[in-house]
Amino acid sequence: MNAIALKMLMGDRAKYVSIILGLTFASLLITQQTGIFLGIMARTFSTMSDLEIADIWVMDPMVQYLDDIYGMQDTQLYRVKGVDGVEWAVPFYKGQLRARLKDGRFQSLVVMGIDDATLIGGPPRMLEGDLADLRRTDAIIVDSIGASTRLTQREADGDRPLRIGDILEINDNRATVVGFCLVTRPFSTMPIVYMTYSRAKQYAPQERKMLPFILVKAKDGVDHRELADRIHAITGLGAYSTADFKRLTVGYYLKNTAIPLNFGTSATLGFLVGTAVAGQTFYNFTLDNLKYFATFKAMGATNGVLLRMILLQAFFVGGTGFGLGAGIASLIGFVLRKGEFAFWLPWQLLLASAAAVSLICLGVAAISIRKVIRLEAGVVFKG
Amino acid sequence: MKQASSLKDNAPDQAQTVAVSCRGITKVYGSGDNAVHALRGIDLDVQSGELLMLVGPSGCGKTTLISIMAGVLDQTAGQCLLFGNDLSQIAANAKTAYRGKTVGFVFQSLNLVPMLTAAENVAIPLLLTGVIWMDALHHAEEMLSRMGLQDRLHFYPSELSGGQLQRVAIARALVHSPRLIVCDEPTSALDNVTGQEVLEVVRSLGVAKDRAVVVVTHDARIYHFADRIAVMNDGRIERITTSPQELVTVP
Ligand SMILES: Nc1ncnc2c1ncn2[C@@H]1O[C@H](COP(=O)(O)OP(=O)(O)O)[C@@H](O)[C@H]1O
Ligand SMILES: [Mg+2]
Repeated sequence: MNAIALKMLMGDRAKYVSIILGLTFASLLITQQTGIFLGIMARTFSTMSDLEIADIWVMDPMVQYLDDIYGMQDTQLYRVKGVDGVEWAVPFYKGQLRARLKDGRFQSLVVMGIDDATLIGGPPRMLEGDLADLRRTDAIIVDSIGASTRLTQREADGDRPLRIGDILEINDNRATVVGFCLVTRPFSTMPIVYMTYSRAKQYAPQERKMLPFILVKAKDGVDHRELADRIHAITGLGAYSTADFKRLTVGYYLKNTAIPLNFGTSATLGFLVGTAVAGQTFYNFTLDNLKYFATFKAMGATNGVLLRMILLQAFFVGGTGFGLGAGIASLIGFVLRKGEFAFWLPWQLLLASAAAVSLICLGVAAISIRKVIRLEAGVVFKG
Repeated sequence: MKQASSLKDNAPDQAQTVAVSCRGITKVYGSGDNAVHALRGIDLDVQSGELLMLVGPSGCGKTTLISIMAGVLDQTAGQCLLFGNDLSQIAANAKTAYRGKTVGFVFQSLNLVPMLTAAENVAIPLLLTGVIWMDALHHAEEMLSRMGLQDRLHFYPSELSGGQLQRVAIARALVHSPRLIVCDEPTSALDNVTGQEVLEVVRSLGVAKDRAVVVVTHDARIYHFADRIAVMNDGRIERITTSPQELVTVP
C-alpha cells in the first residue's frame, strides 16, 4: 500500500506541489537564516579561526570578547612564558589604525602584529609574496578582499587593486605592500593588514601598555583549560583556551546585539508559515481522500496500515521539501561564498533543520491521522 | 475477545450452506430523543450459492443491514454470523483483516481512487491481504480483462465511462475471490442496458457454490437476476420471495 499512498499523493498535482512548496519555503528559511546567523557569529571569532595554532589566549582580565582590546605591559609576556606547562608564548597585536591612500582618502584598517622572531600569528594562507617578507623594511601583507575593495588605488583611468610595491601611509608611517593573503572573513568589513609586532607598536599611537594578546602553546599532554586557569592564577591576567574564548566572544554578541533576535525571528517565521501552508494543504488533501481511506478500511486496511500510509506521505513531502529548501540554501551559500555573504552550514545545522521539518511533518500527519483513525468503515456506504 | 485464529475458513455443515446468518438484529443510531431505529429485528439467512436482493423504500434500513452483514458496522442487539463467525466478538484489527479477505464491496458511489489507474484500483484488495505489487497488479489486469476492459487497464477513472467505472468497481470487489460480495445500489447511476450488463457480470463471476452475493437495489429492471428477494420496510423484513414478477406488478 506504500506505492498506493505515494501515487495518491502525487496524483493530486496542485496539492502535492503546494505542500512541497510550503515545506521547501520552511526548510529554506530555517536553514538559510540560521546559516547566516551562524556565519555572522563565526565571523566574530574569525581571528581565532585563523590562529588555530594557539591553545590559549592571554589578555587583560577586563576583556569581554575578541575585539574588546586593552593593552598589557610587554613584561607580562615573560611572566606567562614562565608558567609551568607553557611550551611557547608570543605577543600578538590586534588594533585599528588609520591609513591614508595615495589619493588622500582615509581608510581604517585592522592591524595584526605578529611575533618578529617566529612570525607566529600570520595569515592562514598567502596568495602572493612570502610571510618572511614581513621582515623587510616597512613591510605589510594585505588581505586580498581588502586589497581589491577598500584599498583600491585611484589612477587616471580608474581604480585598480592594490599591488605589491604600493605604498600606504599608516598613521603617518610609510608602509610597503609585500604580499597578499586570504583570511577568514571577519565581522567588520575593514581591510586586514599584517606586520611584525614591533612595527605595529611603532605605527600605533604610543601608550604605556600596548600588548593586547599573548598566544600560548601548551606542552604536550597539558590540558588547555587547566593551563589557562594556572596562568590566570599566577599572573592575574585573563586566560582562556581558544574554544572558551570563542564561546566568550560569541556569547558577548548574543547578549549584546539584536543579531540572534533578527535571525531567530526570520527562522521562526519560516517555520510557522511553512507549517501553516504545508499543514493546511496536507490536511485538505487528507480530507479530500477521507472517502478513499474509509474505502480501504472497509476493504481490510487496519489503522496501522493507514497510519503508515499517511506518515509515508508526510515524510515523503517533508524529505522532498527539506532537500529542495536546504539545497537552495546551500547553493546560495556556495555561490556567494567568495563575497561578504556570511553563511555557515555545519552538519549539526542540517540535522537541526531536518529535525524541525520532521516536527512539521509529524504535526501535519498527526491531525490527518486522528481524522482517519476515527473514521467508521461504515461511512463508505453513505452516498 | 476471540483471537483471529479462531476464525473459521472452512466451517462445517451449516456454514457450508449459510453465508450470512442474522438473528434478531436491531440497530439504533444515536440515543435519547435523537434515536433512530434503523433495524427493528431482522432474521435472515443468505445461502451460499445465491444472489439475494434487498429491496424497499429509501430509509428502510437496507444499507444499515448490509453494513452489519459485511462487518463494517456493529449491530445494537442480535447476532450476525459471517460464515459462522461472530464479527462483533472479534478484536478490531482481526475483524478488519478477516473482512478484507472475506468480503468484496461495490459501493453506490463506487469510491474508485481518481489518482490510481483502473488496474491499481482493482489491485487494492490484494495489496491489503499482503500480495506483492507486481502480482497484485497482474491479477487485477486479468480480472479487468475478463470483464472486457483489457484495453482500459491503465486508464484513470476520469477517462472511463459510467459503465466501465462500474465494471472496474466490480472487478475490485471480485479480484481477491471473496466469499461474500455486497453491492449497494450498483445500477443507480447506469442506463438500463449497462445495468443489465453489470448484473450479468456480478451474477456470473460472483455467485458460486461456496459464495454469496447481496445486492441492495430499488431498480425493478434487475430483479430477475435475484435468486430470492427480501422486501424491507421500516427496519423489518416484510417478506421474502423467489418470484420477481410478484413485486413488479404490485404498485
Ligand atoms: N449514521 C447514521 N446516524 C443516524 N441515522 C442514520 C445513520 N445512518 C442511517 N441512518 C438512518 O437510519 C435509517 C436507515 O438508513 P439506511 O440504512 O441508509 O436506509 P436505506 O439504505 O434503506 O435507504 C434512515 O432513517 C437513516 O436516516
Ligand atoms: Mg442506502
